[in-house]
Amino acid sequence: MSTWIKSLAAALAIIFASAMLPAAAQYNNFNPTREAVSEDALLKALKSGDTLSGRITIPDPKAASLIQPQGQDWRNFHEKQLPTIGAISILGMIAALVLFYVIRGKIRIDHGFSGQTITRFASLDRFTHWLTAGCFIILALSGLNISFGRWVVMPLFGAEAFATVSGYGKLAHNYLAFPFMLGLALMFLLWVKDNIPNAVDVNWLKQGGGIFKKGVHPPAKRFNAGQKGVFWLVIVGGIVMSVSGWYLLFPYTVADGVAGLQLWTTIHAVLAVLFVAAMFAHAYIGSVGMEGAFDAMGTGEVDLNWAKEHHSLWVDEEQAKGKTPAVPPRAMPAE
Amino acid sequence: MARMKFLCDADRCIECNACVTACKNEHEVPWGINRRRVVTINDGKPGERSVSMACMHCTDAPCAAVCPVSCFYTTVDKVVLHSKDLCIGCGYCFYACPFGAPQYPKVGNFGSRGKMDKCTYCAGGPEADFSTVEYEKYGRNRLAEGKLPLCAEMCSTKSLLAGDGDVIASIYKERVMKRGYGSGAWGWKTAYKEPAAI
Repeated sequence: MSTWIKSLAAALAIIFASAMLPAAAQYNNFNPTREAVSEDALLKALKSGDTLSGRITIPDPKAASLIQPQGQDWRNFHEKQLPTIGAISILGMIAALVLFYVIRGKIRIDHGFSGQTITRFASLDRFTHWLTAGCFIILALSGLNISFGRWVVMPLFGAEAFATVSGYGKLAHNYLAFPFMLGLALMFLLWVKDNIPNAVDVNWLKQGGGIFKKGVHPPAKRFNAGQKGVFWLVIVGGIVMSVSGWYLLFPYTVADGVAGLQLWTTIHAVLAVLFVAAMFAHAYIGSVGMEGAFDAMGTGEVDLNWAKEHHSLWVDEEQAKGKTPAVPPRAMPAE
Repeated sequence: MARMKFLCDADRCIECNACVTACKNEHEVPWGINRRRVVTINDGKPGERSVSMACMHCTDAPCAAVCPVSCFYTTVDKVVLHSKDLCIGCGYCFYACPFGAPQYPKVGNFGSRGKMDKCTYCAGGPEADFSTVEYEKYGRNRLAEGKLPLCAEMCSTKSLLAGDGDVIASIYKERVMKRGYGSGAWGWKTAYKEPAAI
């Protein structure tokens, strides 16, 4: 063997040995039988959101997690935080609406029904609204049932009946999510052009929308600032609900691992109870809270006086377009 | 009344996975479901330990706390069992369980996980003891036969202990005293709010 190969071999041996040395020295006084990984130390060293994991010999990667302490946080969220947030937002909203009704009463049409109507929402508008609203109501009921039903509904019907209905509720929740998302998309396309905030909204908001004072009607176009708020709340809230819902419908895909699913259920649930609370207000003002308002989404034809009071600029626009009231004045009996 | 617990003496576990196999065989557990598994911590490093883990039958069980349909119940032996008739397969128990015990027969797209399955401490379910329907849903009911869970009973190194918590804790304590070391009763603090006293 030539000398250069020998010297190369020697050099390699030295490099190899020196590379091994620190590792060996590190464990010099280590007794692998006596000294073991300790659960306490490992759990203390865990970063939040991490699980105490190891190697497994079965193909399910989820099984590699030995202990996941954050499950406790998720449990606390479900047992304590979520019911608190839900109760405050939903029951608080209902209480506020009842109080509002008692103090302010039903908001009447100041000039009374004119007998003339103007087309506010065409059939496609109303279809979109009720498609989304119908889905929302079932999604909300089944969602609230999953979170709070065992405390509120189960004692009334017993465990078996409640579990059966909850099972169907879960199915409805999973599948009605899709028409709901279709409704959201249609809603966005139909109404976004009339929901861009502008200077009229500033004035409307300054006057509190006339909500709290009788006879005050700040001018508004097709949608006032309050309605624009509801629109954007539904669009943005709906998108977050949809995205988080997708992640939960397809577990362990985008929402990676149990930590991801815990996070997205939390987001989904908190936003949901706030969403439900907001929709209570929307439903109130669109029905019992305001005279003549329901017709907009009912028949689609609103009374001209209602329209003039609440959407004066929109009425002007419509009349400028040559769209006169849809129904000729009714012959009113002389009083 | 006994308070049944599991205790895995990780200093004895040789990761043979016989507990996993015995469990699957005893209860005819379907493919993809592992009521028990062995996890090796710090694999290949000095001081590595393997821990056999299943449902720990927790005190104040998180699964029961989050179940939307309250399908869980605790037996007189403090074994945490559930009713597959009530379970709607929502997956919440898996999110809450510290030990990853709840298992589902299907992947779960569109919420189609199927009925949850987990370690029953070889104690069956709510159906009548030794009935066919109990066996089909939950597996063998060894506890009703006066036997302990098979995984622990057949453990070749007696690493996995099952039985009354005080009894298995004292066995473990005796071992630790005699050999002079012990990596602890894994999961006890999490499951029972207290470590095994040494």
